[in-house]
Amino acid sequence: MSEVAGNLFIVIGLAFDLFGCLGLIRLPDVYNRLQATTKCVTLGTCSILFGALVVKGLSGTGIKAFLCILFLLLTSPVAAHALSRGAHKSGVKLWDKSVCDQYAEDEAGKK
Amino acid sequence: MKSKLILFVIGFIVWMLLGWPIDAQHAIVGIFAAGLAAFLTGDLFTRRPHHFGHISRYLWFCYYVPLFLWECLKANIDVAARVLNPRLPINPGIVKVMTSLRSDTALTFLANSITLTPGTLCVDISPEEGILYIHWIDVKSQDTQEAAQRIVKTFEGVLKRIFE
Repeated sequence: MSEVAGNLFIVIGLAFDLFGCLGLIRLPDVYNRLQATTKCVTLGTCSILFGALVVKGLSGTGIKAFLCILFLLLTSPVAAHALSRGAHKSGVKLWDKSVCDQYAEDEAGKK
Repeated sequence: MKSKLILFVIGFIVWMLLGWPIDAQHAIVGIFAAGLAAFLTGDLFTRRPHHFGHISRYLWFCYYVPLFLWECLKANIDVAARVLNPRLPINPGIVKVMTSLRSDTALTFLANSITLTPGTLCVDISPEEGILYIHWIDVKSQDTQEAAQRIVKTFEGVLKRIFE
């Protein structure tokens, strides 16, 4: 039973990872791509790890998978934040059809 | 000192989980490893250790976890729908929102939660004024107040009760 449930979680996780990668290809600029990859790849990978936890139960492997979920949830948004901030600071432009950029306006106002 | 003690306990728990199943050999090495980490970096861990004693904060945290997971799942379905749609319905931009949270931990958790919830990504924080710059994949409002209402409100109240 737990085997089936765990495999289901792994399949769902793989599907979300795939959508994240599709987003990486289809979306137009760095910031939009980061959005897709951060969200989908975080939850997708967490789901795969959770599937491993369900299949293996509370053994050494399962507990390590659980710890990986916690650290992934804490660190991957920080990495996305650092990448997007770095991109903006080094002058990567938003997509042409973007609506507004209040960050650039405020940065210009400070100088 | 209290901060070091808390870090020691957390470090030791993580160590034991990594070395599961529990045995005495692991536990003895773990005491030394966690003790060394706590001794060297313990003062940086938290500035207000008395917060760890409040039961209500843990209860609010238990409420925050399912709320966060639900928003995270919605975000994934949202991204999947946008990416699979042949017309690629996006309308991106960076907006500015205000928050009343001030402590480092609360702001970090708020930014992380925003990044993993539907359509938003935190680009920069200005902690003194409580300003967040957020990349929004589908800008519905450029007004600071209204954007804050839509983006920040879900988590602000809960995080205030947990971390401030």
